Amino acid sequence: MAGIEINDSSFEAEVLKSDKLVLVDIWAEWCTPCKIMLPVMEELVKDNEGKAVKIAKMNIDENQSTTQKYNVMSIPTFLFFKNGEVVKQSIGAQSKEELQKVIDENI
Amino acid sequence: MSAAREYDCIIIGAGAAGLTAAIYAARRTLKTVVLTKDLGGQASIAGLVENYPGLGKETGLNIMERFKKQAEEYGAEIVYREVNQIGKKGDQFFVKTADNEFSSKVIILAFGLTPRDLNVPGESEFKNKGVSYCSTCDGPLFKDKTVAVVGGGNSALDSAELLSKIAKQVYLIHRGDEFRGEKIVLSKLKERDNVLMLMNTEIAEISGGGIVKAIKVINNQTSEAMEIKCDGVFVEVGYIAKTEIVKDLVERNERNQIKINSNCETSCPGVFAAGDVTDITYKQIVISAGEGAKAALQAYKFLQHKAGKTVGVDWGGKN
Repeated sequence: MAGIEINDSSFEAEVLKSDKLVLVDIWAEWCTPCKIMLPVMEELVKDNEGKAVKIAKMNIDENQSTTQKYNVMSIPTFLFFKNGEVVKQSIGAQSKEELQKVIDENI
Repeated sequence: MSAAREYDCIIIGAGAAGLTAAIYAARRTLKTVVLTKDLGGQASIAGLVENYPGLGKETGLNIMERFKKQAEEYGAEIVYREVNQIGKKGDQFFVKTADNEFSSKVIILAFGLTPRDLNVPGESEFKNKGVSYCSTCDGPLFKDKTVAVVGGGNSALDSAELLSKIAKQVYLIHRGDEFRGEKIVLSKLKERDNVLMLMNTEIAEISGGGIVKAIKVINNQTSEAMEIKCDGVFVEVGYIAKTEIVKDLVERNERNQIKINSNCETSCPGVFAAGDVTDITYKQIVISAGEGAKAALQAYKFLQHKAGKTVGVDWGGKN
């Protein structure tokens, strides 16, 4: 399974207060492009083992207060957090290298 | 950058055409790689597919996953990379991604179409902030909200039908005076209380603050303008071929689609093309699958011919 699973209640501790870069993949069961991204995310987790980045996923249906706060209206949305702030937002199915590039630029 | 990774056959795109080409190429024991941005292309976001023979009703994504599994079973490799450059040196082809270079003896172009933009003020500003190009992807996020669907073809009707089950109110906005989509979907839509169809109507502007709040529409017969408050705008105004990447390699038609003959050959020997990216009339999963098979068989024949062997037709006897 790709990365750790976070929710509205763990969001602050796991994401906002993390000392690492955090990539949050916002997804849903019904979302086809999210499913397309599953193998990509799994590879991404493997490729970044031991690096200063945390890769996490968050279900939009179950965690509406956080996702609405960040105006997520299209999924998959990839939010990159550093020191509690969004440093980059990237939307839609995309290649591994595009996500890796953002990780490399921010760690 | 390391030396180019060598293959017999590079396929670009992993939709119905590309994955079928991969199955056929791999079964002819060509060393095959599929380079693709995503899995399944347009088919995978189609929702429920009801016209693929033999499968009954099945989601597009499930069908595409089965195509992929079958291609991999026969040894095709699938690499999730976007292609940046395609070129030719002598009789070898070279394909570059951001971090790798691949080379091959033949190439099959099967990267499909891209959704067309509306080109109205506010569209790019509110993209993914209420403006969406995929109702099966984003539709459920508009539960009990008001949305507008723009377009008059099958994808617009399907999108409005799906959204009418989720949203509170759906406005279907079409610049023409009749719909081009399937009658069966249209009659379903006419029965829905929460769908309002605005004919001869064009969208002029999308506005809001951070997220979409309203659209401005104009009746193209009366020039009457109207503002509609809504939370989402689903753009379903067709698809275009984005083929600049191969403009120096193969001939294209006036719609930028790649020109092919009935055997999926392009104007460049060794380059084949299949599916929605080509100038064929019908864009259907079953047709793209067939075209992909043709392209791979013709590519195999091309390679055999180069090696001094002949390949006859596959339906009997020598010719």
